[in-house]
Amino acid sequence: MPVTYQNPRYAYRRPDAVGRAGPEEAPVVIAGGGLVGLTLALDLARRGTASVLLDEDDTVSFGSRAICWAKRTLEIMGRLGLGQRFLDKGITWNQGRVYVQDREAYAFDLLPEQGHEFPAFVNLQQYYAEEWLVAACEATGLVDLRWKNRVASVERRPDGALLGIETPDGPYRLHAQWLLACDGARSLAREQLGLEFLGQVFRDRFLIADIVMRAPFPAERRFWFDPPFHPGQSVLLHKQPDDVWRIDFQLGWDADPEEEKRPEKVRARVAQMLGEDIPFELEWVSVYTFRCRRLERFRHGRILFVGDSAHQVSPFGARGGNGGVQDADNLAWKLDAVLRGAAPEALLDSYDAERIPAAEENILNSTRSTDFITPKNGAARAYRDAVLALTTATPAARPWVNSGRLSRPAVLRGSPLGTPGGEDAPLPPGAPAVDAPVLNRGRADWLLRHLGGTGFTLLALAGEGAPPPEAPPGIARLVVGETETTGGLFDHAGLVARRWGLAPGEAVLLRPDQHVAARFAVAETHAIAAAHRRAMGHAA
Amino acid sequence: MTLATTPNLADPDAFYALLMQAHRGLDEDASRRLDAALVLLLANHVGDMAVLAAAVQRAREAVAAMPAEQGLAAEGRGGP
Ligand SMILES: Cc1cc2nc3c(=O)[nH]c(=O)nc-3n(C[C@H](O)[C@H](O)[C@H](O)COP(=O)(O)OP(=O)(O)OC[C@H]3O[C@@H](n4cnc5c(N)ncnc54)[C@H](O)[C@@H]3O)c2cc1C
Repeated sequence: MPVTYQNPRYAYRRPDAVGRAGPEEAPVVIAGGGLVGLTLALDLARRGTASVLLDEDDTVSFGSRAICWAKRTLEIMGRLGLGQRFLDKGITWNQGRVYVQDREAYAFDLLPEQGHEFPAFVNLQQYYAEEWLVAACEATGLVDLRWKNRVASVERRPDGALLGIETPDGPYRLHAQWLLACDGARSLAREQLGLEFLGQVFRDRFLIADIVMRAPFPAERRFWFDPPFHPGQSVLLHKQPDDVWRIDFQLGWDADPEEEKRPEKVRARVAQMLGEDIPFELEWVSVYTFRCRRLERFRHGRILFVGDSAHQVSPFGARGGNGGVQDADNLAWKLDAVLRGAAPEALLDSYDAERIPAAEENILNSTRSTDFITPKNGAARAYRDAVLALTTATPAARPWVNSGRLSRPAVLRGSPLGTPGGEDAPLPPGAPAVDAPVLNRGRADWLLRHLGGTGFTLLALAGEGAPPPEAPPGIARLVVGETETTGGLFDHAGLVARRWGLAPGEAVLLRPDQHVAARFAVAETHAIAAAHRRAMGHAA
Repeated sequence: MTLATTPNLADPDAFYALLMQAHRGLDEDASRRLDAALVLLLANHVGDMAVLAAAVQRAREAVAAMPAEQGLAAEGRGGP
């Protein structure tokens, strides 16, 4: 049905192991080439680690699915070399507006300050993101992409996992030393390991309609409670590239999904909203119920669950895809370090320690939003309606209006990898790096472009008479100067010092995923080396 | 600040009457919304999570101690 996009078909190749007696061996296997599996494969490849990526299909996401990419995801894509493509093709937005019935109740700006390379959000259809990831993975020469390779069985082994795989040419077996299960919300790997996926189902249905139209609406998120064109329910509107608009109609539990998907019915709903004089075409229509649930643990020996296979949230807040990309960002450098022998396997336990609380936070926020949008009982409805009734005249009620608490990056507080100290700083241990404009030999540049990547970085501030601290061997040092003549990047706007809470002579140790490992007021080399060992999972 | 649990209003009867007055002519749903709006406004005015949590707990305990047919159990009959 899509009229603005045609799914590419990737070539299937017969795997060598088909028809062979013994299983094929591979150090790293990624099951599922969706958003998260592809991001993980690319991140590993950027670090020099090869992987085999299996996908049952031969194309990218069918339908737009995830459209809202949060700042942190854009920064991760920036690190992987795709940030500019998101900016160029995507629709940038920072503003949201909430309407109650026929009046505006509340507006918010998600990125009120200037001086960041990436905006609060970019809207882009999931298929574009996946298409670019596939091309980037192919270009590395390190990702063995195997389309139409369906994982049919998974056996957990002490030394990895044994997979049974089905292809158009017949089955084969693949022994993975490490299996990264990125096979989505209906994960077969999860089922094969007999793991429970527990949580909450919301008794509500939503119609997702992508339409093509030329409309004068601005690029912002608009949310209606009880609008005249769809009484008693909510509606969400988002702009996407190619003149595509996402409209999300709340239908209620009793709605009949098949009936609601009928094009005439959808067209009538949309016309009711837009008025009769705006012509549009239907691009993609789907009816959903939403769940919030997760695995109890994401690491099971040498099998790790990443993305929707590990956790699922309702879409209010755009935390599914954005959360999954952060999982990949968290896991890639750790697995790479373990495979290179630079870190003990125990480092991978920190994936659980860091990403389970992050998933909990996403589930908590998305559950709260869904509870507000879909009140479960009379009391919840009374409070929700009372909040909405108060909003226009009483600013105090506005913070309670919950149309989605939009994805924020996890701060890995209390992580075993962080070195205590500086918890009250603007960026405490565990916080993701924050961007700032800098001058690089007189040219405009961004701080984040210089952090993370292959290894740890010591961000060291320098001033007149305050030299930057030294980095121990094996850790790259990034010097940022208070003045033009102190060397390194020039903090011409003073925003590095301010946003990071750093003075000349102070330093921050950053992990390869751009999260703070430790802060140093007095940056002694042995203390930095100790913080580095700790962040690599070595026992103290 | 701690939750006031001893009389604190100059004229308690007058406030009670004001509340009853406010509910007059409202159906059950509207009454419930009115109470909710009041709770929200007053909570914002109090502005102290510890006091609010103490009030929530005290109210719940008081209601739970009532005989089943008048209190929480009756409401809970609808299931989760
Ligand atoms: C309507 C809708 C709107 C959304 N909006 C947003 C949003 O705005 N922002 C956001 O961040 N998130 C959003 N999400 C969530 C987002 O789409 C998901 O969180 C994201 O796709 C998860 O990526 P994943 O790679 O974990 O899983 P998937 O994208 O589902 O990928 C799983 C992959 O595994 C493959 N696979 C499955 N089983 C097997 C098997 N047995 N063998 C081989 N391959 C297999 C599949 O072919 C697929 O390619 C939305 C979701 C929906 C449905």
